[in-house]
Amino acid sequence: MRRFVLPGLIAAAAVALLALLTFGVSNNADSSSIDSQVARGQFPAAPNAHQALPVLGSSNKGNLAEFHGKVVVLNVFASWCPPCRAEAPLLAKEQQMLARHDATLVGVTYKDLSSATEQFAHQYHITYPVLRDVTGSFAQSFGVDGVPETFVINRKGQIQALNRSQLTAQWLDKTVPPILAEKS
Amino acid sequence: MSRRLIVAVVALATALAPVASAGAAQQPRASYMRIVEDVMCVVCHEPLEVAQSPEAFQEREFIRQEIGEGKTRQQIEHDLVVQLGPAVLARPPAHGVNLLVYIIPPVVLVLGISLVALFIPRWRRRAREAAAGEPAPSAATLDAADAKRLNEDLGRFA
Repeated sequence: MRRFVLPGLIAAAAVALLALLTFGVSNNADSSSIDSQVARGQFPAAPNAHQALPVLGSSNKGNLAEFHGKVVVLNVFASWCPPCRAEAPLLAKEQQMLARHDATLVGVTYKDLSSATEQFAHQYHITYPVLRDVTGSFAQSFGVDGVPETFVINRKGQIQALNRSQLTAQWLDKTVPPILAEKS
Repeated sequence: MSRRLIVAVVALATALAPVASAGAAQQPRASYMRIVEDVMCVVCHEPLEVAQSPEAFQEREFIRQEIGEGKTRQQIEHDLVVQLGPAVLARPPAHGVNLLVYIIPPVVLVLGISLVALFIPRWRRRAREAAAGEPAPSAATLDAADAKRLNEDLGRFA
């Protein structure tokens, strides 16, 4: 019996380390699953739609579920990110078009100070709601590992298109109108 | 008597008032260098004191502003957590899963020391027993031919 003490302890330590490793890996969302599902046309439901996030410039909290029934262009950005600054005027213009079609842009800030985001929003005339993902868990559930990233969520609350780099007018013009045209 | 007591209390309070206010005023001013040592750049995952990302510059500016507003180190670190989440702290708060960071190393150390303390005497005892069980090599075990060759070899070195 005593001869099994040392191997038992070593085995227990190995199992504990493996459990820690599994926990760590599972905490890092894999972006490839969302991307591949969208590519196959199996549109996944937007994750964490009910997660309440602070609304920029307000003491209120908001979540993605509030926009259910609308097409939502979800843009994850940060004020310190040059590509986000580059695409900001494009998004401000896109919001004007979306507002006419029962749709909206929703910004989600990622690892950003609220004062810096407010300055950014003022500078680029952002009028759409901006949610603050303080811990980064909301963005992680979308597989975000950098900014900017953009997800187009249809009226059923499913991710129908995504772009994990800086947006272009061509991509928006090609992607968003067909989704707007779909009925819920 | 009671008037004297009241006068004494008032006099004491008056005398101690500057000391008390000085004590309040002497609340340690937050040190910029001490804070950036304990804070991470949440984007590049480097200590803020060495991080060079645009986000790190924003964090440093935020800390300078808060120091300028007279906030303490604890208040500034709290504000940073509110703004950027607990990942901004170099040392994670000791609750939840983060507790493992503080529990596992000492537990592993104690286990390691216990194992060494437990098994080294056993291993040494076994080694001694094994050594005691082996026959001591001696010239008596040499046969005549080997003894003769040994003597010849030793003679050449003499």
